[in-house]
Amino acid sequence: MKRLIQLNVNGELYEVAVHEHRTLSEVLREELDLIGTKEACNQGDCGSCTVILDGKTVTACLTLAVEADGREVRTIEGISDGGELNPLQKVFVEHGAIQCGFCTPGMVMSATALLEDNPKPTEDEVRMGIAGNICRCTGYTKIVEAILALSEGGK
Amino acid sequence: MRLPEFKYLSPETVQEACSLLAQHGDKAKVLAGGTDVMNVMKDRVISPEFVVGLRGITDLDYINDDSDGIKIGALTTLATLMKSSVIKEKLPSLAEVPTKMATTQIRNMGTVVGNICNAAPSADMAPILICMGAQAKITGPDGDRVVALEDFFTGPGQTVLGAGEIMTEIQVPNQPTNSAGAYFKLSRVSVDLAVVGVGVVLAMDGDTCKDIKITLASVAPKPIRAPKAEASIKGKKIDEALIEEAGKIASGEATPIDDVRGSAFYRTEIVNVFTKRAIRHALEQAK
Repeated sequence: MKRLIQLNVNGELYEVAVHEHRTLSEVLREELDLIGTKEACNQGDCGSCTVILDGKTVTACLTLAVEADGREVRTIEGISDGGELNPLQKVFVEHGAIQCGFCTPGMVMSATALLEDNPKPTEDEVRMGIAGNICRCTGYTKIVEAILALSEGGK
Repeated sequence: MRLPEFKYLSPETVQEACSLLAQHGDKAKVLAGGTDVMNVMKDRVISPEFVVGLRGITDLDYINDDSDGIKIGALTTLATLMKSSVIKEKLPSLAEVPTKMATTQIRNMGTVVGNICNAAPSADMAPILICMGAQAKITGPDGDRVVALEDFFTGPGQTVLGAGEIMTEIQVPNQPTNSAGAYFKLSRVSVDLAVVGVGVVLAMDGDTCKDIKITLASVAPKPIRAPKAEASIKGKKIDEALIEEAGKIASGEATPIDDVRGSAFYRTEIVNVFTKRAIRHALEQAK
């Protein structure tokens, strides 16, 4: 028996019937077609499924959809301002912080939350802030540089 | 792997949660932050028919500063603990522990009580809390009881929780004046479990150590105290020779095994190193 839940995703209200054992990442991707949020390890280690839930980053693969009922979800689709890349996304592109791009949505969500919480992080704070997002391509250097460049540029 | 099918129950009170767990026995599993339980279910280690979510219970997410100590509610996340101004001011060595655990995302979801109840021998929250003399308030269908955290663990993943029982609160008694602590953790990468964990809390009276507690994680089936090492320091003036000796004694009290994360030999060596470091660090803070 499915349960009807309400998800506020990127400011839009969705009503969706879900099985109680579905995760938020599965529902975002398979029911709402929001496939920007990725599933890689599916056990909360890689961070590719990172979304912002009620203002805090979580791994959507370890979150039950029914436990997100009535709450605010921000995904990568909500980051770009009506289709144009936002400043964080632009600085990622400018600094070569993206190679295959698979970690990027989760990385951008973590960086977004980090900068909202701490607009001028030190390099150590940036590294700690993205420690939950694994990147197999870049070696993190350009990602850290991009985030620091944006924060030093002021907001 | 996807989660097995289950029915999600959302009790609104602790009593309701306890009676649901008692009613369904082995067929039910309690869920708080989910950072351990979700993976255990995905790996099919357990496949409960009912998942009893605690999220719906209001007033389980709190850090209260009472006259007799600090009380941490069952739904308090690791992130909340490390950012809490009360904890940073009154129990700074406790506030530091989550900064050595996992990732931002996991700390936003996982709970302090959950880390304890998961009862891994490496449980990061255990050493400092045990050193501080913390107690666990356990609520069941027949009411409440209080158990010293030190006595809560019975083996890897095993605790004294009975049918229908939930840990609802961790109680940390007021610490003596001039006391301080330190937790040292060895891990393969920054976000990993502890290969060795050592927590020390000591209380000074001038140059003399009034009291000291040393707790070791990941070197026995559960977190253990190091009473011989403690006895070698308690009541004495702490100097380098005493610290060196305490490190050796503590490493003799550890009973680690070889596993994928480290060898018994290496873990024993690190207990020695970390015990000394933690004592020195705590001593610095206690001044």
